[in-house]
Amino acid sequence: MRAKKTLTLILITTILAAYIAIPRKIDEKISLFGREYAISYNIPSLNFALGPIKVSEDFNLQQGLDIAGGVYLVFNVSAQDLPEDTRGEALKSLEENIRRRVDIYGLGEVTVRTVQSVDGYRLIVEIPGEIDPQQAISLIGETAQLNFRLEQELAPEATASATVYDLFGQETGLNGALLKKSTVVFDPNTGSPQIAISFNDAGREKFAGITKDNVGKRLAIFLDEFVLMAPVINEPILNGDAVISGSFEINEANLIASQLNAGALPVDLELVEQNRISPTLGQSSLRKGIIAGLVGVVIEAIFMIAIYGRLGFLAIVGLVIFGIWSVALYKIIPVTLTMPGIAGFLLSLGMAVDSNILIFERMKEELRGGKPLKIAMELGFGRAWDSIRDANVNTLIICFVLFNPFEWSFLNTSGMVRGFAITLGLGIFLELFTSIVVVRNIMRVFYTREVSAGVKSDKK
Amino acid sequence: MKLNQLNNMKPSKLFDFMKYKYLFFIISLIMIIPGVFSLIKWGLKPSIDFKGGSVLEIQINGSHTQQELEDDINSQIDSPQIIRMGEEDRYSIRTPEITNEKKQELLSFLNEKYSEVEEIRFSSLGPSLGRELLVKTLTGVAIAALAILLFISLRFKEKVFGISAIIAMFHDSLILLGVFSLLGHFYNIEVDALFVTAILTILSFSVHDTVVVYDRIRELRRNHPSISFNKIANVAIIQTLERSINNSMTIIFVLLSLFLLGGQSIKYFSLALLIGTIVGTYSSTFTAVPLLVWWKEIQKRLAS
Repeated sequence: MRAKKTLTLILITTILAAYIAIPRKIDEKISLFGREYAISYNIPSLNFALGPIKVSEDFNLQQGLDIAGGVYLVFNVSAQDLPEDTRGEALKSLEENIRRRVDIYGLGEVTVRTVQSVDGYRLIVEIPGEIDPQQAISLIGETAQLNFRLEQELAPEATASATVYDLFGQETGLNGALLKKSTVVFDPNTGSPQIAISFNDAGREKFAGITKDNVGKRLAIFLDEFVLMAPVINEPILNGDAVISGSFEINEANLIASQLNAGALPVDLELVEQNRISPTLGQSSLRKGIIAGLVGVVIEAIFMIAIYGRLGFLAIVGLVIFGIWSVALYKIIPVTLTMPGIAGFLLSLGMAVDSNILIFERMKEELRGGKPLKIAMELGFGRAWDSIRDANVNTLIICFVLFNPFEWSFLNTSGMVRGFAITLGLGIFLELFTSIVVVRNIMRVFYTREVSAGVKSDKK
Repeated sequence: MKLNQLNNMKPSKLFDFMKYKYLFFIISLIMIIPGVFSLIKWGLKPSIDFKGGSVLEIQINGSHTQQELEDDINSQIDSPQIIRMGEEDRYSIRTPEITNEKKQELLSFLNEKYSEVEEIRFSSLGPSLGRELLVKTLTGVAIAALAILLFISLRFKEKVFGISAIIAMFHDSLILLGVFSLLGHFYNIEVDALFVTAILTILSFSVHDTVVVYDRIRELRRNHPSISFNKIANVAIIQTLERSINNSMTIIFVLLSLFLLGGQSIKYFSLALLIGTIVGTYSSTFTAVPLLVWWKEIQKRLAS
């Protein structure tokens, strides 16, 4: 009765997966046979604690830009100017700066990443939603502007409505071009992190002049239009090397230092690729993809039942479980779903019954050879395994090359191709599991009991 | 089905596939030759993925004629290629790389003239990036092909099996490339990164199906060493054909539905996978196995 236990476990997992997999919110009108049906519901997001594991997850499917619509931009980063040892750091802060700039839109879900390519670095920015690409491009293309501005006295009545520009109204002429570099150092007494900055020759003079005249005032450091920080000038600094102390966390100090460096070493960005897809097109593609998938799978199910009868039905039960688990996995991992990704998923749905077909055909042969059903079944599973494994190893190799998980710079990292590879690859893993474990146990429990009473007549 | 029973069967009961092996080769050639001709004469039509350039897709809701529209676009930008997409009033305008400003100019010009011109999609890619993607894609194809070759050589100790499987694999990709070369020449269908993805996927399918038949041949040979190779091949085909077709049918249903209903963005990707699946199913039975038999016959003739 181990099969029954396994089956119960599979059932529980599937119900859980189904809960994760169903859309959180649906508001659809479907017309079927001339009648309109309105489907509308809203499931609250999952929030619970299971012992030490806290689950608070919205479980939304992440949509790629071809579905959500949006702008995809690729820039060439001129990184030759960046010294080799700080290059990684500089690129990180470049990402950070650009993310912050684009975030002003409040569009959320902006992804910014740099990838190494054969002949340099690329900055890839993805912004979902309806936005003007030109605006985004000019926003990103600007080099980071680092400026030092002095605090000024404000009239008391103006304080309430004052902006940071009013507060730090006095320009100093000190900017990123004069900054040599910035590093994180540690206070020898307290061990807390501090930020050291040093200026070049021109900057040193200017900085000396400013600090001499303004002891006790705050000198704000602006990056683009943001105040990065506003330390107080404690004493005149004449040698161009200053230390900014404060209660920084080490991460925070690192971030600020790298942002200062980015401001000091502006990189040029050159737009090399852009893609804009309107959200309406994306949503209509998604709808078409889902309809096509449903039609395909229904035909597949009819076909399986027509050819394999009761066995075919069991395979389809396995297929439904496969589908539920797949969607749940996409949400948990999470997998960004693109149109090719949907194609990959549907293809794996088409292939998912393949293992079952191999097993069923083997089983039929063993039955023809006069073996009793139970033994024929187990033999079918055992003998078909070699073929199933070999058949799938190949596709997994291809998925690996296409997905390029290690981001090798000599291979493609295109989102569309990856979207396909990930759903197909996951599909194959799941397929192996459902056909070998799920369908087998379903058969052990239901199929043998039903037919073992009589000899199964074979059509052939 | 026991083989010793098979041995005593009347010939009429056991369809002799191998008798028609030359016919199968001819069918393969008929499928390959037009495509190869087209590949040599016209090549493939690379999308902007590979050569750089811009694609602007627009939807025109106002009244217009295609000729008029083409003339207008021609007056605005250099060497555009305008393709009507499906039955909707949607057009794809392909040009050498243009800037955002240029695109905006074109859009506002069209908007004035036709009213309600909507930008659906705009992609632009520099030529150097296109070349880079091409190189990366070819590297990917090479790595994938090498990995599959390695797999085949480990899997089939006997060289003939490996070589025949590889020939069948080339057979499939050649047909697929040929079909898309023809589609490119006659219907302006382009080859993009997804097409290459489809080819790689098809390579693995092709090998997958061949592995199943070859496994059966080896198993039968082990169990019945006295029976002729020709007959073994025949029986292996009969025993695996049903599963091969049934399996492919389930994939074909899904892909066909994606091709017909799945919308423009994955239409030709689905088509490439669909053609590949059909050809792959054919070749694993009707190319890979006859090749083996043919090879064995030649070997025998050389030995005697």
